[in-house]
Formats: sequence, structure tokens, C-alpha cells
Amino acid sequence: MSWRQTGTSASPGPACTHEKPAVTVEMGVRTGAVVTGGSPAQHGPAGPNTPGSPLDVVAIRGDFPILRRTVRDGKPLVYLDSGATSQRPECVIDAEQDFLTDHYGAVKRGAHALAEEASDRYEAARATIATFIGAASPDELVFTKNATESLNLVAYSLGNAASSQDPAAARFRIGPGDEILVTEMEHHANLVPWQELCRRSGASLRWLGLTDDFRLDLSGMADLVNPRTRVVAFTHQSNVLGTVNPVTELVDAARRVGALTVLDACQSVPHRPVDVTALGVDFVAFSGHKMLGPTGIGGLYGRQELLAALPPFITGGSMIEEVFMDHSTFGAPPARFEAGTPPVSQAVALAAAADYLDTLGMDAVAAHGQELTTLAIAGLSALPGVRILGPGAGPDRGSLVAFVVEGVHPHDVGQILDDAGIAVRTGHHCAWPLHRRYGIAASVRASFAVYNTVGEVSALIDGVASAQRFFGSR
Amino acid sequence: MSITDLYQEIILDHARAPHHHGLRTPFDAEVHHVNPTCGDEVTLRVRLTDGLVADVSYDSMGCSISQASTSVMTDLVIGRSLPQAMATLASFDEMVTSRGTVPGDEEVLGDAVAFAGVARYPARVKCALLGWMAFRAAVAQVAPEAIEKVGGGSPQSDRA
Repeated sequence: MSWRQTGTSASPGPACTHEKPAVTVEMGVRTGAVVTGGSPAQHGPAGPNTPGSPLDVVAIRGDFPILRRTVRDGKPLVYLDSGATSQRPECVIDAEQDFLTDHYGAVKRGAHALAEEASDRYEAARATIATFIGAASPDELVFTKNATESLNLVAYSLGNAASSQDPAAARFRIGPGDEILVTEMEHHANLVPWQELCRRSGASLRWLGLTDDFRLDLSGMADLVNPRTRVVAFTHQSNVLGTVNPVTELVDAARRVGALTVLDACQSVPHRPVDVTALGVDFVAFSGHKMLGPTGIGGLYGRQELLAALPPFITGGSMIEEVFMDHSTFGAPPARFEAGTPPVSQAVALAAAADYLDTLGMDAVAAHGQELTTLAIAGLSALPGVRILGPGAGPDRGSLVAFVVEGVHPHDVGQILDDAGIAVRTGHHCAWPLHRRYGIAASVRASFAVYNTVGEVSALIDGVASAQRFFGSR
Repeated sequence: MSITDLYQEIILDHARAPHHHGLRTPFDAEVHHVNPTCGDEVTLRVRLTDGLVADVSYDSMGCSISQASTSVMTDLVIGRSLPQAMATLASFDEMVTSRGTVPGDEEVLGDAVAFAGVARYPARVKCALLGWMAFRAAVAQVAPEAIEKVGGGSPQSDRA
């Protein structure tokens, strides 16, 4: 296939084409990393840049060591599974290693030199990431182990308000007669914790359904968002459909009835500019490993005033104010929500990932994703028997494409793609009710990131056509 | 290892035209199994008569590996004694969970040795076992002693 034969094979590139961002120890101050442009003569195995492309993808690919490897008997890796987990640039890997090599120690305790250096870097990372998502203050960002924990943190903390001794927590009490509103397109991580909160509290779960054109059905909003509604939890961008939801409309409706808003931003923060303050949401969950950062770390943004009144979820060391044998009082946020030793080196590396994305520019990242998505939708829908799950390409459509192939099970499509070195996700992508809504059990999902090329989109389309031939559906 | 080692012609044939497909009566036990990672499912019925597997009928939705595997299984167990059927199950389970170290005994497994290639793709092992584990669970409802005596079924795939 011609897309694999363009250019010469890439020599091992520089550590990061985009200068490694230095970690500053002053909170809130970020060094501006400079794009150095890379080596224009280098072409990765996936081919050169498209003229007019918003990103220098050739240079970017040089930053990701894993893209040099081959899979399945020497085939170049075509990684289209960044929606599940993204790959990491060398500067992110190095940031974690450098921190562990030179600065590691216990954070927020101890008076020795390493404890101080580690604490400074941990808090500097918080400041960097808080700025990246548009939080008003680093204190509005809680580090968790992943986005699932972030969402559970909100659900459990709200649930704990019912038995809290703190009068400030009274406003969060949820019980019988109250309603929690979700949507039918949620990832299980933003659905099951709310089901469980309803089960524990006696509140009722309600949801916004989906339209046949893959968007939220807002026609029942007047009934579904009502004075009994206490929480409106929804995804910013569907991890299957790519649909970007109308945040402002939902936030306005929730505010009118005094409900809290919880936004799952796992698929938006890595791929488009997100300003949590401008969005006006109360809580936002996102994950590190989907935004070129490490596993083992996620983020929870919470408006300062809310975090200050919210009871804790996980309790223990580091989150207390005073401890007696029979009771304890709790510290101020974000520490109140970070019991135990936090993911320190992961936080440092996640800050490097945020800096890397910031240097590329999130507008350019979004434009690149839109370009690839537009091509993928066009190419795949031109294949007879392929049905795209999700709206047409555009600014309110994220950089992933889920689809089904008539007569070929998604697992089988994925297997044929894998044999060609193309990594996609198959299954229900942790959104089982969404799949049921559209009458299917599973789908294939290709998801794009900054390092993906137009050639890789062509490889995907060729691969799907070859799966159709292999299974005789065409 | 090539893709055609996984998707052998015999597997594709069974997937296109599965044997003994459809739910039939009479039956002694019915189970419904789901693969939680992909949503594939099977409803399977077992009829036992005089220690023999008189019938296995099923309705299923899934990938070619799970469809073909269930189809091949019905060929191998219908008409056999319960101990023979459970021994076949144990042998199949051992082969597909072996990561390629156990080639499978053609004497015991017949056409099912075609699934040896699945063992090299860990993500597909549950697909291959879906129907077999449903069969095992259905038998367990009617004749639990047969399961205890012969065993078969790795713990991780017990409830695929």
C-alpha cells in the first residue's frame, strides 16, 4: 500500500521536537516552550504532512518513541486508539524520569530538601494543569487516580453530605424525591456512580435520551430539569458518537433550578480548547492518560466555593486538619480530597503533557482532529454497508469515528485491522446503553490524536474494505 | 502467525451457516451468557436424556469466532455421553487458554482444533469460550455432578 512507502525511514528523532518545557517552582508561572520546527526532511512511516495542515505532524511523530516500532510481523504501527489511551511524547516520559531521578521525596510533609523540591514540583504541576483547563485557581484542581475516581468523588462526597456534621454540607443533601439527571450517551463512568448514589440516597435517576441524528434529545428538558433536579451530569464530548454537547444550554437550565453540573471532559480536554470557568460548570472530570500524559492520574475541577463546602470522600492522611481519637476535622481543598500519598511523578509528567499540548496550541489540535475526522467519515461512509455512528464532521464533532460494518462483527473488523498494524477499539466502549439505543451491541471506533496522519486515515479505510472482502460481505 | 491461522476456512464456514442454531423444545435448562467486554450474548438450552446430551439449541449474537465456536461445539457434544461432552469441553478450554502451548487433540476436538489459533490472541479467548461456558452452566443446572467429576472451564472464563 502506497501510504506506507512514502519518504525514507525516520532516524531516531530528538527527545522532543518541541522544546522540553522547564518546570518552574513558582506556582502559576509557566515557561513558554518554543516550537523549534523539527527536521522537515524526516518523514515517518505514515507519510508527510498535508499541505495546509494545522500541525507539523512529521515533527510531532518524531516526539513519540512508540511510533517507531512495528507490530504484527513488521507492520508500521497505525495507532488509532487514543480515545482509549493516548501515547506519550518523550518529554512527558522524561519529565517523570527526571523528577524521579533527581527530585523525588514525600510531598506535603517533612522538612528535608527532597520533600521541599518534590512538593514544589507537585504544586507547580497543579498550577500548570489548572491554567491549562482554565481554572481560576490551582486550589480548584484535585488530583485523583483517574477520571472515574473524579466522578465517584463527586457522587460519594454529595452522598456523604446526608450524614455530615458540617452545616456547610447541608446544601448538598440528596434524598428521596430528589432527581439526578444524566444522558443516554454517558460512558459508564458517568452513569454507574449516579445509579449508585440514587440507590444509596433514595433519589431518582432520570436521563436525556438521544435523537436519531446522534445528539441529545433536548425536547423534554422542561420536564427533566425541574426543581427536584439536584445534579445534571453529562459528557462534554461523547466517547462513541463524537457529539459535542451544548454545555451552555444545559448549564443554564441546571442553574435555573439550582442543580449542580458535572461535566465528563475526558474526550474534550485532550482535543479542543477547554475553559472550565467560561463553561460555567460546577465540576469537571478529566484523565491524564488520554491527553498524552501518564496513567494513574486524573483531575477533578470544582468551583472553589463548592469544594470548600463539600464533605470528603476518601479519608486518611494528608486530608485532615486535626485528629483526635474519637473524631477529626478536615483540611481545606484540594488537600481535603487527596487522602494518602498522591500520584506525584504522574502529576509532574501530566504538567509536561499539558505544556506540550499548549505549545502545539489547542485550536490547532482541534483543527487537526477535525481534518482527520472529516476524511475518515467521508472515506468510510463511501464504503457500501458501513454506517457511521455520530453526526457529520464539524466544529461540534470530536476527533473520533465509530462505525459498524454490515455483515461483519466489530471484533472481526478490528482483528483484520490489527493484522494490518492498525489499532482501533472494538466493543461497546463502556457506553452500553448508547449502543442499545441505536440497536447494536458493539461498534468499531477509530480515534485520532496529534500524531495521526492523513495516510493513516487512508489505511483505516483500506483496512475496513479489506475486512469486508475477507468476510465476504462485499 | 497470520490472520488466516485465526480465521481458518472451517471457522468462517461455521460462522456463515451455524449448525443446530435456534432455540428448541423440550429442554431441561436454559442459560443466558454475556461477554461484558463486547456485549456479545448467547441464550443456550440443553436437553439431557439417559445420560446423553440429546440436544443443544441456542440463539446468539456475536463475532465470527463466538458464532463458529458455539456451532462446532454443538456438533461435538450432541449425541455424546455427558462425561464425553465434558471431557471435550475441558480439552477445548485447555487449548484456547494455553497461549499457544497446547495444540489441541484432534481425536477429541475434531473440527474444534481449528480454534487453536485463537489461543494466540488473548482478547479473543472469551469469544471462543462464550458458547462452551454457557453449555457448561446449563449442564450444571441439570447435572451438577457431571461438572464436579470432570471439571473443565478455567475460573476466569467461568462467567464470560
